[in-house]
Amino acid sequence: MSEATMTADGKTQDGQLEFLVKGDHHPQNGTLLGFWLYLMSDCLIFAALFATYGVLARSYAGGPTGMEVFDLTLVAINTSMLLLSSITYGFAMLEMQANRLKGTLIWLGITGLLGAGFLAVELYEFYHLIHIGATPQTSGFLTAFFALVGTHGLHVLFGIVWLVTLLFQLKKHGLIPANKRRVFCLSMFWHFLDVVWVGVFTFVYLMGVLP
Amino acid sequence: MFENLDLTKLIFGRLTWDAIPFHDPIILATFAVVAVGGVAMLAALTRYKLWGYLWTEWFTSIDHKKIGIMYIILGLVMLLRGFADAIMMRLQQAMAFGDNMGYLPPDHYDQIFTAHGVIMIFFVAMPLVTGIMNYLIPLQIGTRDVAFPFLNNFSFWMTAGGAALMMMSLFVGEFAKTGWLAYPPLSGILQSPGVGVDYYIWSLQIAGVGTLLSGINLLVTIVKMRAPGMSLMKMPVFTWTSLCTNVLIVAAFPVLTAVLGMLTMDRYLGTAFFTNDMGGNAMMYVNLIWIWGHPEVYILILPVFGIFSEIVATYSRKPLFGYTSMVYATVVITVLSYLVWLHHFFTMGSGASVNSFFGITTMIISIPTGAKIFNWLFTMFRGRIKFDVPMLWTVGFMVTFVIGGMTGVLLAVPPVDFVLHNSLFLIAHFHNVIIGGVLFGLFAGITYWFPKATGYKLDEFWGKMSFWFWLIGFYFAFMPLYVLGLMGVTRRVSHFEDQSLQIWFQIAAFGAVLIAVGIAAFVIQLVVSFKRREALKDETGDPWDGRTLEWSTSSPPPPYNFAFTPRVHDLDAWWQMKQHGFKRPESGFIPIHMPKGTWAGVVLSAISVACGFALIWHMWLAAAVTFVALIGTAIYHTFNYDRDYYIPAEEVERIEAERTKVLANV
Amino acid sequence: MQIFKYLRGVSLTLLVAALLSGCDAVVMSPSGDVAVQQRDLLVWSTILMLLVIVPVIVLTLWFAWRYRASNTEATYKPDWTHSTVLELVIWAVPLLIIIALGAMTWVYTHKLDPYRPLDRIDASTPVPADLEPLTVEVVALDWKWLFIYPEQGIATVNELAAPVDHPIRFKITASTMMNSFFIPAMAGQIYAMAGMETKLHGVINEPGVYQGFSANYSGAGYSHMKFQFHGLSEADFQAWVDKNKASGNTLSREVYKELEVPSIKDPVTRYGSVDPTLYHAILNRCVDPGTVCMEDMMYHSGHGKQEASETGHDAHAGHAQHGGHHE
Repeated sequence: MSEATMTADGKTQDGQLEFLVKGDHHPQNGTLLGFWLYLMSDCLIFAALFATYGVLARSYAGGPTGMEVFDLTLVAINTSMLLLSSITYGFAMLEMQANRLKGTLIWLGITGLLGAGFLAVELYEFYHLIHIGATPQTSGFLTAFFALVGTHGLHVLFGIVWLVTLLFQLKKHGLIPANKRRVFCLSMFWHFLDVVWVGVFTFVYLMGVLP
Repeated sequence: MFENLDLTKLIFGRLTWDAIPFHDPIILATFAVVAVGGVAMLAALTRYKLWGYLWTEWFTSIDHKKIGIMYIILGLVMLLRGFADAIMMRLQQAMAFGDNMGYLPPDHYDQIFTAHGVIMIFFVAMPLVTGIMNYLIPLQIGTRDVAFPFLNNFSFWMTAGGAALMMMSLFVGEFAKTGWLAYPPLSGILQSPGVGVDYYIWSLQIAGVGTLLSGINLLVTIVKMRAPGMSLMKMPVFTWTSLCTNVLIVAAFPVLTAVLGMLTMDRYLGTAFFTNDMGGNAMMYVNLIWIWGHPEVYILILPVFGIFSEIVATYSRKPLFGYTSMVYATVVITVLSYLVWLHHFFTMGSGASVNSFFGITTMIISIPTGAKIFNWLFTMFRGRIKFDVPMLWTVGFMVTFVIGGMTGVLLAVPPVDFVLHNSLFLIAHFHNVIIGGVLFGLFAGITYWFPKATGYKLDEFWGKMSFWFWLIGFYFAFMPLYVLGLMGVTRRVSHFEDQSLQIWFQIAAFGAVLIAVGIAAFVIQLVVSFKRREALKDETGDPWDGRTLEWSTSSPPPPYNFAFTPRVHDLDAWWQMKQHGFKRPESGFIPIHMPKGTWAGVVLSAISVACGFALIWHMWLAAAVTFVALIGTAIYHTFNYDRDYYIPAEEVERIEAERTKVLANV
Repeated sequence: MQIFKYLRGVSLTLLVAALLSGCDAVVMSPSGDVAVQQRDLLVWSTILMLLVIVPVIVLTLWFAWRYRASNTEATYKPDWTHSTVLELVIWAVPLLIIIALGAMTWVYTHKLDPYRPLDRIDASTPVPADLEPLTVEVVALDWKWLFIYPEQGIATVNELAAPVDHPIRFKITASTMMNSFFIPAMAGQIYAMAGMETKLHGVINEPGVYQGFSANYSGAGYSHMKFQFHGLSEADFQAWVDKNKASGNTLSREVYKELEVPSIKDPVTRYGSVDPTLYHAILNRCVDPGTVCMEDMMYHSGHGKQEASETGHDAHAGHAQHGGHHE
């Protein structure tokens, strides 16, 4: 009773039920689904932080308001860098699909640099805020602000570390299926951070400078 | 600047000799027992040269069955600790009246009730539930392992690491004195400057990583790896309830991570999330923690509903009544469990409309739950019920659980909650559902699947002893608490003035002693069964005439579970196979692709625990080093691409031939 | 109506007798109208649920006995797994009970909302139009209770008194920890939280001494965070007020700062006069001289500081509305 003699509903041709898959059976690979689920769980961490920010956003406790401390020019630069990095990651994916290792590495490298630029600007912003006395300890509003933006920043940092690791692994093993899967996962991670940032940008910065 | 550097402080942080509780004879005695026992165990392991075996066959194993068993062992060991806390509380409350202050100072008593709650939920119920899911899901859906075997090993070790860190607090420093959910402002740095809350935070965070990853893992396993033909509505009920539980885990635990992270920032960096001043808001903590906390309750109970469903069908020798409505009931509970969290704090002043909304959503949950109870009832109806130990637990559960359900709905009526909130009535209620529901179910499940995991059944007599002592002990221990709640007695009190209450506490303490006998009987049962394992041997792999695929394998199953992947046509796949006179194939085996064991889980978890310990004691240098080591090891591990191997066809053939031989003799 | 009352009487007696013979279950036999209504709700909800719980328990035990394997006379239907009628019944019965219970919950949650001023003194007596409720400002300290009577200008620690059949309006806050203000004989509890105000309306219908305490664990001294609540006649209450006045102590901000220091098992203390701005300052966390009150700064940035005032507001405390909702 080989696989070939079976009908689609798992019966042999004489109508008997077949209870085993004779031959090699590989279940579907679940890595992408699993990683996507992880991202959704991460999304809930951000949801909790957004909710917290929503509650504390106007608890200035005598400290400065968003309107007083946010520098939208800086944030605009940052936003464009991060959005651009999503596009460059897209190029890396295209190169990977075409099985061009070098192109993949180059576009990944550019993505990483843009991410690092984003982090540098964010660190400068934090440094500046702390310098003028707007520290996370100042008020509920600043606590929630630093926590939300900082958590996003930590994710970007993590993404960069991962990206650099991946560059080495790609160099070493090339575009093997395992590596392709990793590049795919990191791409989901990277775009996810972008989406979160759009939320941060809108909810924290744009709405924060409203009176 | 460097002359100000205090080297001792840099290395040891705030850890000094004072942190070791030499002054407390109870803890010292415990420590002595643990130390002697630990040394004896280590010596025995060395004497019988078991280290290598444990390391290669268990600690580094990625076999879901072994990991499941390790989870269950962890849960049972922690049950002993959690119960020790319980009986200490019962003793204190039975004594401490009037001039008698009891034997525990408030400082110690407060740690005990906090530890009891944390241990029982996070390190007993969760590992036991996760362990059973881990063991069974791949077997029930006819696959060879979970979707991410390494992650599975890592998850277990993170859970175990969290438990280890929590246990350290017993002997080094102190545990939180805040209650098991550590509400601020009490858990804030101003009110709890010690290390207790930090132990709480870091042990839960480390264990939480494990729980979340195992949730994702099992979810993907169920979604992606079911045997061909097993559509969603042909999955065993236990797999269904596990699916819902893991959805809940993935959707709830991140909130716990986030809220504990915020509390950490408040404590370590002086931020103002939950502080009284600077615009913090403690009510936000209460909301967030219950947004995790309520689904958590269903994370525990849903798989247990699945266990009972399997058992009641098997022992009634009938398929489950109303499978479809059972599945829908489970899904409805899953969704609703996110819409009820506010019922934990009706008394915070949310307003009548909000309170009634959450009260009514809570009551609505009792509709699908009630439907489940009826489904079990009608599974028994016109069956042929064999009262083996798992079925005893099931009937005990059905009677006990409905009482707990009723008092739960009662507490969901906000004006009633105003008089019963935080009272011993509440304590009685949730022990009624957690013991009468979760714990009974876990014992039923362990007894039911024990032969599958070990190859021999559990001793019947001691199993019945355990059941009856647990059941009767439960009623003695908790019915008085219902009464005390109606007398206006609140939880977490270490001393009473009103002598008329004492008798009730003494009855409750007596109940706790009965439960202690029940636990002892369970332990004896394990020992006796091990000794009589030849007599209790199950060679068929199907001792109860089961209905689902796990019973189609040998007991214990081979490393690859199924030599050939099963093909499923209907519910109760194995039952159908038996009905159709299924014959095991005896030839034609092919090599089987399997994942390799790995050291990474143990090592990463150990480093995490070290990092957590360093953070708790403000050992900043060690914290930085271990953190870097953690990231470094994780990255190093990703460079390992050699993660699988093939079991050769001859090996499969050998194992299967052996089984054929055994089956021929049955 | 008569049957209704009779039924209630019978069921109450049964329940109380069965569960609590010979002990003083204050939740089941309270002395204040609000707690009485809460008790009634408890009893009715229980009866409603027992309608399904009792049959389930009986059926479980009966089926377990009847269909035991050794009873070969009982019907055995190994393939019976579905019955649409039964399925309808098992979903409908809990549904109907929950509809009834849900309706009851909605009505009584609004009626017994602790923020809602009372409209009756007991089952047969509405609140007279000219009777103003007695206001008591409650502060949960670590670990003792401070009661301020703004209308009488007195304050006490760990002792509360009120005239019987006179509605009481509690305004509740805390110094640091989250506690819960609870006098089971009078009415249900409500949390006491720092920087926020919660409210509770209650009445005591019988003279006597009742237990009050914190019902929410708040740290080391929690077990002893108790006070006595005296239900007094109007005349006795006046005498009690005078006794406090005669103590000659003054609760100034300085005295409060000393009182606020955590302590356990504090004796009853009486204050004949109280700084009238004290409660507002506690609520807004500005008892210390020079600190800015929360309501003046919380939603303002640093630039608003100069407008801030320390005193002189009515105790309505904008920020404090956080803790609660409507008036």
